[in-house]
Amino acid sequence: MDAMVRELSYAQAIQEAMAIAMDMDERVFLMGEDIGVYGGAFQVTGDLVDRFGTERVIDTPISELGGAGVAVGAALTGMRPIFEFQFSDFATLAMEQIVNQAAKMRFMLGGEVSVPVVMRFPAGSGTGAAAQHSQSLEAWLGHVPGLKVIQPATPYDAKGMLLAAVADPDPVMIFEHKLLYKMKGPVPEGFYTVPIGKADVRREGRDLTVVATSIMVHKALDAAAALEAEGIDIEVVDLRTIRPMDKQTVIDSVKKTSRLMCVYEAVKTLGIGAEVSAMIAESEAFDYLDAPIVRLGGAETPIPYNPELEKAVVPQVPDIIAAARDLVRGVR
Amino acid sequence: MAGASKAVNDSRANLPFVYRQYNAEQLRNVLYKMYLIRRFEEGAEECYTRGLIHGTMHLSIGQEASAMGICMPLSEDDQITSTHRGHGHCIAKGAEVKRMFAEFFGKTTGYCKGRGGSMHIADVGKGNLGANGIVGGGIPIAVGAALSSKMMKTGKVVVSFFGDGANNEGAFHEALNMAAIWKLPVIFVCENNGYGMSTSTARSTAVKNIAERAAAYSMPGVIVNGNIFSEVAEASNKAVERARAGEGPTLIESKTYRHRGHSKSDRNRYRSKEEIEDWMSNRDPITLFESELREFGFIDDKGIEAIRGAVAQEIADGIEFAKASPSPDVRDTGDYVYTEQA
Ligand SMILES: Cc1ncc(C[n+]2csc(CCOP(=O)(O)OP(=O)(O)O)c2C)c(N)n1
Ligand SMILES: [Mg+2]
Repeated sequence: MDAMVRELSYAQAIQEAMAIAMDMDERVFLMGEDIGVYGGAFQVTGDLVDRFGTERVIDTPISELGGAGVAVGAALTGMRPIFEFQFSDFATLAMEQIVNQAAKMRFMLGGEVSVPVVMRFPAGSGTGAAAQHSQSLEAWLGHVPGLKVIQPATPYDAKGMLLAAVADPDPVMIFEHKLLYKMKGPVPEGFYTVPIGKADVRREGRDLTVVATSIMVHKALDAAAALEAEGIDIEVVDLRTIRPMDKQTVIDSVKKTSRLMCVYEAVKTLGIGAEVSAMIAESEAFDYLDAPIVRLGGAETPIPYNPELEKAVVPQVPDIIAAARDLVRGVR
Repeated sequence: MAGASKAVNDSRANLPFVYRQYNAEQLRNVLYKMYLIRRFEEGAEECYTRGLIHGTMHLSIGQEASAMGICMPLSEDDQITSTHRGHGHCIAKGAEVKRMFAEFFGKTTGYCKGRGGSMHIADVGKGNLGANGIVGGGIPIAVGAALSSKMMKTGKVVVSFFGDGANNEGAFHEALNMAAIWKLPVIFVCENNGYGMSTSTARSTAVKNIAERAAAYSMPGVIVNGNIFSEVAEASNKAVERARAGEGPTLIESKTYRHRGHSKSDRNRYRSKEEIEDWMSNRDPITLFESELREFGFIDDKGIEAIRGAVAQEIADGIEFAKASPSPDVRDTGDYVYTEQA
């Protein structure tokens, strides 16, 4: 392995990106609940307060609406805040500032201002935290012009996309699946960026395009590995950014495989899967389809506490395997 | 916890409030319940450590007098909204520990049928409108319940429990203002344990005492030592009387301390061992209440032993009940999302 590349966890990769951003640019600072001495609810900020001090690693009161608004105001006037929500679910308390203010300010003021704020949202289920601490709300924000919404799936992307987000002149919302925080992967030292708005083909295949987001990228890759033995060859596209979406990569993939399945943890209806499917149906790739499009998403329910139910309401590897097999063999 | 009775004995005239207000049996029952809360949470913690319970939990060990004191003047019809640190409120409002354990174990016999877990635990039948995963989330809901009480003329009083951290959410301020302008029968109970997760009130809150915020909404703001049962119960009695008389809301700040970390993932780096030790050894609410009961002759060592023994048995039975209960069927994930209609 290259000397410059280490194995870091997803959380460490984000922490390193924030440290680099703060080292490079004095305007960058962190705000959030318990991100200082506590190190953040998921230890993502860790010991950064020891390095950068409480002036640049600011513990806010439990005030999401106000806190997010303060970050927006600081971004509007020259600073580069990175605001951590303790759980993505608490974005609901701050929707006003995110949706009405951050997203629209540049537009409403005729391009006279910009709002280079970065917001981080620990998201998703699988930790037994029940209905108000397990949601996947990225499509809510993905629906708002003016915001950019990303879902890095690997430590490498988490670092590179965060650095791209800090450099971006517009508000960037980062959804980080909580179960990814401990996942390790190769991460180069130093500064690099991974572009916002570019999908990544994680695995090439002939028979079926699986468009996945966040943790589902890994589940789709596991499913693809399992199906290889059956002679089913799956292409896995990691969407990485849901707004603005990289349509071309998905279109090209579907033109090659002639089949499309979307896999995501958020509630199935009115979400990413609907968007990707409709985008394909509207594109030249539609004529290439050999089978109906399939969406695998979360069940139409809040996330339950009971661990078996919790697993049952989001797509798991066996679900992806079964659905992919049916789709390729023409059962559907 | 209804049924406040007249002083039974003139010799109690100089004793603190609860010893004048309640009889020996009622007071011994309070001690029982405080132990029940403590042992329930210790039991839940142990089950968690042994991997029998998943997720996380927020223990209120050290805050038992606050929950019990506030609920003392409430009748079964009165209602509460609770918090993520809500096991004590739940038991104080009359829940059975076996169904609470069952909820923690994710079983169908649990209060939330295994869907809610610790953070949403509530015996709705006993007037508990829910623990809450959202800091401050229950405060406006309590005001809404108080509005129902007023509009439906039910005479119910509603208590909203929340922490010191919650008083910096907008919902707190909006809710208090509405309760005041409409003179609603609601009591806001801030259980100030000094910290919202790792953030001390000194670092998070502009006023020294959260009770001072009552002034902004033209309601009484009362500070009590939350570890002294009698002080809490006395303030609660007054606030309940005021609410029932249609005079409007009260804000009670109950100063207390949590012995355990914020949740199961807390390294306790924001407070000193000495501070925790001091609260545990010198200001434990159960120890304080127990010694008063003994000193004033309401209970003797044998009585205390009997209570501890009975509580231990109820806890052991509760855990057994939870273990033996059935898990929900994974085909039933769609249940309770909407109201079932014929
Ligand atoms: C809206 C919202 N923000 C943040 C959290 C995460 N969180 C849960 S409890 C807590 C601390 C609450 O402090 P306090 O209100 O003082 O109650 P305590 O935990 O001390 O009982 C935090 C930050 C949350 N659950 N909801
Ligand atoms: Mg607190």
